[in-house]
Amino acid sequence: MSKVMKALLVGTAMTAASTANAVELEVTHWWTSGGEAAAVSKFAEAWNATGNTWVDGAIAGSGGTARPIIISRILGGDPMAATQLNHGRQAEELIEAGLLLDLTDVAEAGGWADIVNPSSLLDACTLDGKIFCVPVNIHSAQWIWLSHDAYQKAGLDVPTDWYEFVETADDLQAAGTLPLAMGQQGWQQNIAFGAITLAVAGQEAWNAVNIDKNADVARGPEYTAAFEAVAAARAFAAESNVQDWNQATNMVITGTAGAQIMGDWAQGEFSVAEQVEGEDYSCLPGLGLNPVLDTGGDAFYFPVNDDPEITAAQKELAALLISPEVQVSFNLAKGSLPVRGDIDMSSANGCMQKGLGILADGGVLPSADITFSQDTQLQLEDLQAQFWAGDMTAAEAQARYADIIEAAD
Amino acid sequence: MTVVSDPTSQSVKRPSRLFKNKMAKLASIPMILTALVVFVGGTLWTVVYSFTGSRMLPKTNWVGFDQYERLWSSDRWIISIKNLAIYGFCSMILTLVIGFTLAACLDRKIRFESAFRTIFLYPFALSFVVTGLAWQWILNPDFGLQSLVRSWGWGSFNFDPLNNPDIVIFGLLIAGIWQGSGLIMCIMLAGLRGIDEDIWKAAKVDGIGTIKTYLVVIIPMMRPVFVTALVLIASGIIKLYDLVVAQTGGGPGLSSEVPAKYVIELMFRAQNLGQGFAASTMMLCSVVVILIPWAYLEFGGRKRG
Repeated sequence: MSKVMKALLVGTAMTAASTANAVELEVTHWWTSGGEAAAVSKFAEAWNATGNTWVDGAIAGSGGTARPIIISRILGGDPMAATQLNHGRQAEELIEAGLLLDLTDVAEAGGWADIVNPSSLLDACTLDGKIFCVPVNIHSAQWIWLSHDAYQKAGLDVPTDWYEFVETADDLQAAGTLPLAMGQQGWQQNIAFGAITLAVAGQEAWNAVNIDKNADVARGPEYTAAFEAVAAARAFAAESNVQDWNQATNMVITGTAGAQIMGDWAQGEFSVAEQVEGEDYSCLPGLGLNPVLDTGGDAFYFPVNDDPEITAAQKELAALLISPEVQVSFNLAKGSLPVRGDIDMSSANGCMQKGLGILADGGVLPSADITFSQDTQLQLEDLQAQFWAGDMTAAEAQARYADIIEAAD
Repeated sequence: MTVVSDPTSQSVKRPSRLFKNKMAKLASIPMILTALVVFVGGTLWTVVYSFTGSRMLPKTNWVGFDQYERLWSSDRWIISIKNLAIYGFCSMILTLVIGFTLAACLDRKIRFESAFRTIFLYPFALSFVVTGLAWQWILNPDFGLQSLVRSWGWGSFNFDPLNNPDIVIFGLLIAGIWQGSGLIMCIMLAGLRGIDEDIWKAAKVDGIGTIKTYLVVIIPMMRPVFVTALVLIASGIIKLYDLVVAQTGGGPGLSSEVPAKYVIELMFRAQNLGQGFAASTMMLCSVVVILIPWAYLEFGGRKRG
């Protein structure tokens, strides 16, 4: 071996040794809108503050675009150190195939079983008694966001529930404002559908269909009323040509649309636009009728790695993500609810306080990510996409919906 | 696909035939292996697993024809097939007609021929993603063509294919033809240049008109060129995917879905590999159904003749 080679090898070994303490972890996620990017930077700051390095692997597009990339990287033997997914059944088979790191020891050391609220979140991370993910936030989809500006221009009072919104929608339209902003993507239309059914059909029918997958209830009168309400909402959103959810939210922010049904992540967009809750916009959980929220959300999974150093760092990161300070700063920026009930969220704004109140009262539902497989969800989204874009009747949509529920898994 | 039959090799004894051109055969082993393992092997694997209930990961829990039954009762798939049929039919005919017409015009010894040729060929240098985005903007009713014509004073002008479920496929078709016809024009032009000048002279002597000469004499002579063009267009049609993703995302609703997109969405978004495999097997079947009779006519016929 030549002297040069030796010198080079020694040099490499030394660099390798000096980086032993500071581990670089690549973290993939699909948080790319303004509010979301601000939130993820809180994680990165906290992790960099521990002397390690956060390598940001943001994947543009919604979860539907990012998830296949993430999963194929894990399956293809090029795993990232950590990745966002929605907790629920998305990672079920990856866990069964032994591709994700078991975090049970971290969870026991951190006492997650006692601090995570509602406890159903931790259940969604658990398979065969072992914990495989860190829930980081709670997102609920049953919110309607109302623009005060739009209602003032039309000389109307801001509605306080879904039925008032429906009554004022025609006046709003007459004043030249689009009553309901709706991004033309199946998952957004499915969210609107879910929120309206929960509000109109009531929680009992919702549980029967979504949790017990009872197709008879889906064919029943409660759901007929719900489908008619959705058909009415479709008419209010007929002239909405935007695609992405944040473009639709922007229509509410600028007052060109009266309202949007969207999950609480829309909150982040209002914050970035420096709007004030109660003055510039209002939010109604459960569409102002039925104060229950589903508890979907984001969780971090850690693909198995051969390098023990990275494994140790992965566990360190897992503990950090759920620590009280990081939970507060992250969730304030993102507009989502924290996963632990024991931290001080008094600096949160009115909408988040409403959400926290509902959580404290126990008004929680499992999210669609927990109750349905991805396969069933795509079918439900397809149905909504067809329904909202075309002129399918409410009765026909209901029949097809019941068929999907019958075959759901 | 072509079979080279060397007349001298027929007379040589069998064993030595295998070892003829040893180096050439040795050199083609990697490609033969790639073809066998990747293409044939991968295709067989996909077909076999389309009979399983695989979800996110391939598993061997056999379910018979369940995946195919579900496939043919799925709205998304039926819409995809219809769209591909409309797009395929229109794109095949229009691309050929436009490509040949442009080539014939350029062949009339016009001025600045190379400039026109470059202009017509330019769209082909763009990827489908860029083409899709550009046409999404051009066809956007608020900033694109519709608002331009309206600003000229034709206030009632209405052209908004991308937001109308009934005609969205024609919005895609415009972009596809815009992108693809330049290449076909170049191939046609090369074919036209290969026609002997004497043919034209003979036609003139016989008093046949220019258009009639093209239709009756030139086009039949250009048969190999047309076959090449058809294969290129057909392969572009069956793999139609990126244009749709960039231009419409399959919307509005499901009205511009295509089969290739069905495969991707089912395999990766719905995490249902079995269903995606069943769909891709159906795509393979449709190609084979068209390809085998055609190959038989094209190559089988020539041997006999």
